[in-house]
Amino acid sequence: MIDFLTMLINGLSLGGVYALIALGYTMVYGIAKMLNFAHGDIIMVGGYAIVVFFNLTGMPVVSILAAVAICIALGIAIEKVAYKPLRQASPLAVLITAIGVSYLLQSFAQMFFGAGGQTIVIENLGSLTIGELKIKWATMITLIVAVAIMVSLTIFINKSKVGKAMLAVSEDKEAAQLMGINVNTIITITFAIGSALAAVAGACYIMKTPNVSPTLGSLPGIKAFTAAVIGGIGSIPGAMLGGILLGMIEIICNSVPALSGYTVAIEFGLLILILLVRPTGILGKQKREKV
Amino acid sequence: MGYLRDFKSQFKLKNFINYIVIALLTALFGTLSCVGVLEMSTQVLFEKFAYTLIMAVSLSLVVGFLGELSLGHAAFMSIGAYLGGYFQTYVIGDLNGNMPLLGIIIAMIVGGLAAGVFGFIIGLPALKLKGDYLAIVTLAFGEIVKTVFTNSETFGAATGLKTYRYSMDTLFIIGFVALLVILAVIQNLIKSRYGREITAVRDNEIAAKSMGVNVTRIKIFVFTLSAVFAGVAGAIFSNSQFNFKSSTFDYNYSIDLLVMVVLGGMGSLNGSMIAAIVITVLKTELTFILPGNLAALQNVAFALILILVVVFNNSPKFKPIREKAFGWARGLTEKLWSKIPHKNGDKGESDKGDHADWTEIPSKIKMDALLSTDMLPPDIVGAPEKTDKGEKQ
Repeated sequence: MIDFLTMLINGLSLGGVYALIALGYTMVYGIAKMLNFAHGDIIMVGGYAIVVFFNLTGMPVVSILAAVAICIALGIAIEKVAYKPLRQASPLAVLITAIGVSYLLQSFAQMFFGAGGQTIVIENLGSLTIGELKIKWATMITLIVAVAIMVSLTIFINKSKVGKAMLAVSEDKEAAQLMGINVNTIITITFAIGSALAAVAGACYIMKTPNVSPTLGSLPGIKAFTAAVIGGIGSIPGAMLGGILLGMIEIICNSVPALSGYTVAIEFGLLILILLVRPTGILGKQKREKV
Repeated sequence: MGYLRDFKSQFKLKNFINYIVIALLTALFGTLSCVGVLEMSTQVLFEKFAYTLIMAVSLSLVVGFLGELSLGHAAFMSIGAYLGGYFQTYVIGDLNGNMPLLGIIIAMIVGGLAAGVFGFIIGLPALKLKGDYLAIVTLAFGEIVKTVFTNSETFGAATGLKTYRYSMDTLFIIGFVALLVILAVIQNLIKSRYGREITAVRDNEIAAKSMGVNVTRIKIFVFTLSAVFAGVAGAIFSNSQFNFKSSTFDYNYSIDLLVMVVLGGMGSLNGSMIAAIVITVLKTELTFILPGNLAALQNVAFALILILVVVFNNSPKFKPIREKAFGWARGLTEKLWSKIPHKNGDKGESDKGDHADWTEIPSKIKMDALLSTDMLPPDIVGAPEKTDKGEKQ
């Protein structure tokens, strides 16, 4: 029972991180209709920003906030320079550019910080003990932060004017434009929110595994992307569901010795399986193609 | 006789220049190598050329001609390398010891077939999925293959698989011969009826379907064929190594290949090959020259070039510059081409024959313009192809 509870909380916490990253993917896909392959690498940039600011100031909260600010600026800059000129281009061209941006960020990080990892311990928070249950504080904080962000994001999207505008743009860009919504501003805001979420996810991630390297974001990024696709890309509840599902699967697989080496294979196998059964993911909308 | 006459009238140096260049270079360097003048580092570089070029043309078939993005092409190569190399070294080890040439040919066949089976399997989701989703499936497939090989004790697990190392003097010659064969298959395929079906699927799947093209069959066929070629490249790779690990064939390698295809120009085999050579040389040489962390500078350069090329080719802002530059370049090449004496009075103009010229397959934009029936100018917001986005089932 205790083992099960520990696994459940760990799974939810890891799933929360994946969900935060997946939200960035899914929002950008819903609104700009593109796969932002560089999203995972924004996590990495956030990680390095935390390292740099933490070494400068020694204050964890300040460095995390600084990282969020840097990631927002980076997200907007990438959108303006690399993606905006390609609004009318084929999806293939946009995808290739996104891959190029991802590669660029990784290579820059490697150039400035080296290919090896840097260890950073923001704060040793210890563990929370309730009876026999022992959970790391880092895990609990991650879980709480992830849930708080998901709840507030859902409220923001559904209640605020900007959020509703985002929904409108994802539904029909041209009609939204006719209703007086500035589509370009909405896309920029989407990238900013996605990048901020990535920075927070990066902070949670390095609380768990205190090691920052140029490829930090690539595997979590791909996995979160998998989560977004499993849940149905473009759907915000889908991203949360997919993220938590993936986190649970990963924790369960890692706890079984025979499977632990194959965790990645199992996760991606599940992705392929789900796509074959439901090509638009669990909560994705089915679209009929017209000529 | 009729066939021969057709062949003669259609024979254009331009269409065969790549075979001739590759064959001549192979003959020249092959002779040098057999005599023993060629340095070892050059031989290794040529081996690299051989399998990289095969990978580039095989990926070009999927990305440039079929128009589907594959982010896990390295996985097919790893299947070819592992299964082909394993078969050659451990199953037919005795035969291979006596006759290495037969051994490597069997390895290429085994590796190619094994990769082809997986290409077929990956082609199946391609029926239901397209675009971004298919790209993700290929990426996922690449990661799965990597994980399985890393964990498999039979294939050496994390320490890597020890395989037979073919003679350095002749391996690249075999590689280039394989490249020539593969190139001939692809170029003739592209020129054939099936090639036109492939490009029709790329340019407008629905239009192709309504013209009676079996899209399902074409997609599976291209994926399988391209995987077979990648498997052959893998078998050559395994023969160029004493020991290799599955981490060689990671996501980044797939991306490198994609960069070659994109930089070379989608739908241009020669372009892909030239880009593959340039990138391989740069990667090999820059690693020696640049010290420490600066080695990442080459990756920065590649990424920047990739982004700039795509943005330059697609951004509406660059349209005037683009047209000017392309017009100038076309004029220059035509001028140069007309300077070369031709047997049958070929002026470098496209002839009016009914066969498709593989170098001049119409781009997507041209085809769309040809097929579109809309009355609105394309820059107006809400052009017909966009309006049905909000429609739901």
